[in-house]
Amino acid sequence: MEQNVIVKATGLRKTFKLSKKQQNIQKTKDKVKVAVDGLDFEAYRGEIFGILGPNGAGKTTTLRMLSTLIKPDSGDAWIDGASVVSNPEEVRGKIGFLTSELKLEDFFTPNYLFNFFSELHGVAPEVRDARKKAMFERFGIDEFAEVKVANMSTGMKQKTSLVISLVHDPDIIIFDEPTNGLDVLTARVVTDFLQELKEQGKTILLSTHIFSLVEKLCDRVGIVMDGKMVLCDSVEKLTKDRDLEDVFFEICSEMEAK
Amino acid sequence: MKSDLFTIIKKEFARFFGDKRMVFTALMPGLLIYALYSFMGDGMSQMYEPDENYVYEINVVNMPQSLAFLEEVEEVNISKIQEADADAVKDAIREDEADILVVFPENFDAEMLAYDVMTATTPAPNVEIYYNSANTESSGAYSIMREVLNSFEQSIANKFDICQGEKEYDLATEEDISAMVISMMMPMLILMMLFSGCLSVSAESIAGEKERGTIATLLVTPMKRRDLALGKMISLSTFGLLSGLSSFIGIMLSLPNLMGGSGLENVKFGYSVADYAVLLLVIITTTLLIVGMISIISAYAKSVKEASTMASPLMIIVSLVGVTNMMSSGMPEELYWYLIPIYNSVQCISGVFSMDYQMLPVIITCVANTLYSGIFVVVLTKMFGSERIMYT
Repeated sequence: MEQNVIVKATGLRKTFKLSKKQQNIQKTKDKVKVAVDGLDFEAYRGEIFGILGPNGAGKTTTLRMLSTLIKPDSGDAWIDGASVVSNPEEVRGKIGFLTSELKLEDFFTPNYLFNFFSELHGVAPEVRDARKKAMFERFGIDEFAEVKVANMSTGMKQKTSLVISLVHDPDIIIFDEPTNGLDVLTARVVTDFLQELKEQGKTILLSTHIFSLVEKLCDRVGIVMDGKMVLCDSVEKLTKDRDLEDVFFEICSEMEAK
Repeated sequence: MKSDLFTIIKKEFARFFGDKRMVFTALMPGLLIYALYSFMGDGMSQMYEPDENYVYEINVVNMPQSLAFLEEVEEVNISKIQEADADAVKDAIREDEADILVVFPENFDAEMLAYDVMTATTPAPNVEIYYNSANTESSGAYSIMREVLNSFEQSIANKFDICQGEKEYDLATEEDISAMVISMMMPMLILMMLFSGCLSVSAESIAGEKERGTIATLLVTPMKRRDLALGKMISLSTFGLLSGLSSFIGIMLSLPNLMGGSGLENVKFGYSVADYAVLLLVIITTTLLIVGMISIISAYAKSVKEASTMASPLMIIVSLVGVTNMMSSGMPEELYWYLIPIYNSVQCISGVFSMDYQMLPVIITCVANTLYSGIFVVVLTKMFGSERIMYT
């Protein structure tokens, strides 16, 4: 694969202030929690890059920084040349960000929302209509195009969210826990679609704690623990003589030994 | 991008007008006010005036000859009773079974005529009227008797009269009287209507979107935060204004009824188109200001409920400022007063309604309000950009 860096993060760091209540819950006296601690990594054009780690490792925080929802305390990341710190609006135009935290307004229909978000992304009406038709058919939303989101099933809502996040056909797709909370059928639809996107030459960054998902989908993986990138390599290389789970726990025990 | 602003406004309008429940909630206060005030107006007059054909039962002990004419009056029925029965009648009054009991001293006529305020050594003869103020008929009978006795007293010891006869002594026109009453009530009513109208839509649109996580979806698009803030404020002001307008129309329609209850039957409005235009201008800029304040509170709050709770102290302040015009006479002359938000609007609204205002203070008020709203847009833009506020 051509080593063309499209996403580059250097020294990303993010801390959160803890309230007294949070300090009690987490049984710590530290007033500040370091969520991401000097993270460096690169993702190449056209690959699926997985960020793997346990809950609380800093995966979501990293992806939120990359999608400009939150600002890093220090460090920076460049998405196709645009800095998340100094040029967040350009970054937002280049990426499609999908997470279960981003909800669609219950009151509107998929059809309305697709048009609305296309308009915000500056997609021309002809392009939009063709894209909408294709995507709605691909995910079976066409039958529900005029049904309010409130009246749709959870799976259909997820599919609609996915489609809406891609109205502008971005080259880089950031996906936080893509199969979390999905039933097996919808999860399969999503993973198949990610493969398809990769075949179209898109770059995909996803976070997960599921080993099999990384093995199945990702070209390369970065393992994150306690806000630090402890290992970053191609999945093929890492799983040459054992599976990813073993690699992961080996790293865990190494870290504990230190 | 200009078009993003337009897109946001379009979406907010689609959201508001597409939702019958929301439109209904916003416009309902107006209907309710009309129904309520009309009812209150009618109710109030009915409360103090029993049935027109009611005949008051008046029990009298020691009926004096001088008041014999009462027996001819149609509205009352005089029953002469003995002093010994007085206690029984008092009990009956207490139980709402009798209207009133009037006890004259024995030889009332003679004592009364003999009494001279300059030379008297004993107190004047006392007429006792026992009544029950919780009973409409009893109160009515009491007022009648009091009035009769008062005018009787005045007629026997008359030295001079004030404003006697059929002439018009109050030279204020009906417009003036209506204008005065309305200008006292209106600023607070308008502010309260606008505030509650704006609160429901703004809290829903900003705190609600934050609570449901839909605002984050908007924030990952390349749209400028400023367009989102401005688009929301423009749309919300329109809805707030509509809701306020519906309440306003409700009040205006029910005013004649309401005033009927307080004795001002013929309310007349002498306002010109220019007066209404000035009023509208002041109200629009005030709405922007109120929406700005509530939007900031809503953006800070974590939920619609929290936004409403946090906005209530502001509502109290606004309504307190709304009554300041009742304590002052006319609009203040010093122009710096018109830089104080809300207070300036109250003075202008009151000025317009009392038909006594100048253009300069109104212009300063509108410019100041627009300027403050502009500052609120900037603050809201910053808040939309702040992760601490948006993702807590």
